[in-house]
Amino acid sequence: MSARYSAARTSLRTAAIMLGFTVAFTAMMASSYEATRPAIEASLQEAQMRLIDEVLPPGSYDNALLEDVIHLGPTPELGLDEGGRVWRARKAGAPSALVVEAAAGDGYAGRIAVVVAVGADGVVSGVRVTSHRETPGLGDYIDPKKDRNKTAPWIAQFSGVSWDKVEAARWTVKKDGGAFDYRTGATISARAVSRVVGRSVAFAMQHRDTLFSASAGSTLAQGASR
Amino acid sequence: MITAQQFREIAHNGLWKQNTGLGQLLGLCPILAVSTSMVNATSLGLATVLAMALSNLVVASLRNFIPYEIRIPVFILIIAALVTVIDLLFNAYLHSLYLVLGIFIPLIVTNCIVLARVEAYAAKNGAIASTVDGVMMGLGLVWVLALLGGLRELVGSGTLFSGIEMIIPGTSPLQVFGDDYPGFLIAILPPGAFFALGCLIAAYNSIKARLEARARRNPSGGAPTEAEPAAEGAAG
Repeated sequence: MSARYSAARTSLRTAAIMLGFTVAFTAMMASSYEATRPAIEASLQEAQMRLIDEVLPPGSYDNALLEDVIHLGPTPELGLDEGGRVWRARKAGAPSALVVEAAAGDGYAGRIAVVVAVGADGVVSGVRVTSHRETPGLGDYIDPKKDRNKTAPWIAQFSGVSWDKVEAARWTVKKDGGAFDYRTGATISARAVSRVVGRSVAFAMQHRDTLFSASAGSTLAQGASR
Repeated sequence: MITAQQFREIAHNGLWKQNTGLGQLLGLCPILAVSTSMVNATSLGLATVLAMALSNLVVASLRNFIPYEIRIPVFILIIAALVTVIDLLFNAYLHSLYLVLGIFIPLIVTNCIVLARVEAYAAKNGAIASTVDGVMMGLGLVWVLALLGGLRELVGSGTLFSGIEMIIPGTSPLQVFGDDYPGFLIAILPPGAFFALGCLIAAYNSIKARLEARARRNPSGGAPTEAEPAAEGAAG
């Protein structure tokens, strides 16, 4: 038997073994994905519900909030390049609040994602930062879990602020003539969050009726809501 | 099966002599990235222990079926698949822990220490010895990470165990220097990781040199392995 022939056989054999390993381990990954999917989806929903409970006061809505969601197409004024979601809270069928996803691109280190809950009357009930990469120990006080001031975290100052009382230009930090506090040494993070909260409230107020009347699960392109 | 002597040797290698963080200097990227606090660092360390033990076990059990020429792709396939499964299982059944560790688990694949141990040890040794090796190498990383994370956290923000309430509910972090500690930012930023690791490596090398010198001066029994229990005590 020639050397070339046996080389071909060796490479065929190793290729077959490699294929066998790939199939076996891909099957293992696929089956564990299938087995864990229901549990993962349930805990994702639970995490979303926990987040919404942090921004909406208990008892302010009685609908199945997670199902009453509409999707937004790419929305530059909310910083959503790939679209986002708006959940609608209703009490006894009447509009109660909108929970809007938004993002600030002008943080100190990249994108800051937030959810903002705005009552139908234009009063903010809560804001939470859902992801950020601000400097640990410096700009990360925008996340109440990292805020050293546990009794009055920085983010809590947005709660109870009304769209009617604070004009659009003042939704920024006091240093820029705005209405909101910041901590010395980390103005950029606070400014980015304050401004994106302002933009979110403006968006919710401007499109309130469209947002509440769209059918659940539908997607609003930006042109349609104008 | 492995003997007690073998076990001690593997443990000594992993925890002290060939310590991944201080001796071999492998897997520096995750070490420097996650050691901003003690809890983060220890958590990633423990996840790495799990991944190393499992991948060493699987590779050692399958080592007779893996042709030498394609061993590296097969090892990477095995490690990546195992880490994916660990990631999914954590996400599904230990969700609160996953929220803390989640971002670190995929990072384990990129940690070259896992592949290094599979290639250097599991591919040549039995399943049980390889699992022990994975656990010990991982634990060697855990204590270095915990020390590094604790050091940076203490100097940087004056606390210890911050974030522990997310892992063990009901506990709270320690404010070591009181509430008005201004913080020392550079310890938490990436350069601080290099400074702190540099100090640890210097301490490790000096302790190691002193132990070796002592073992040379009074060779009671003559065998160099006699120095090992002392070294282990220092590591623990």
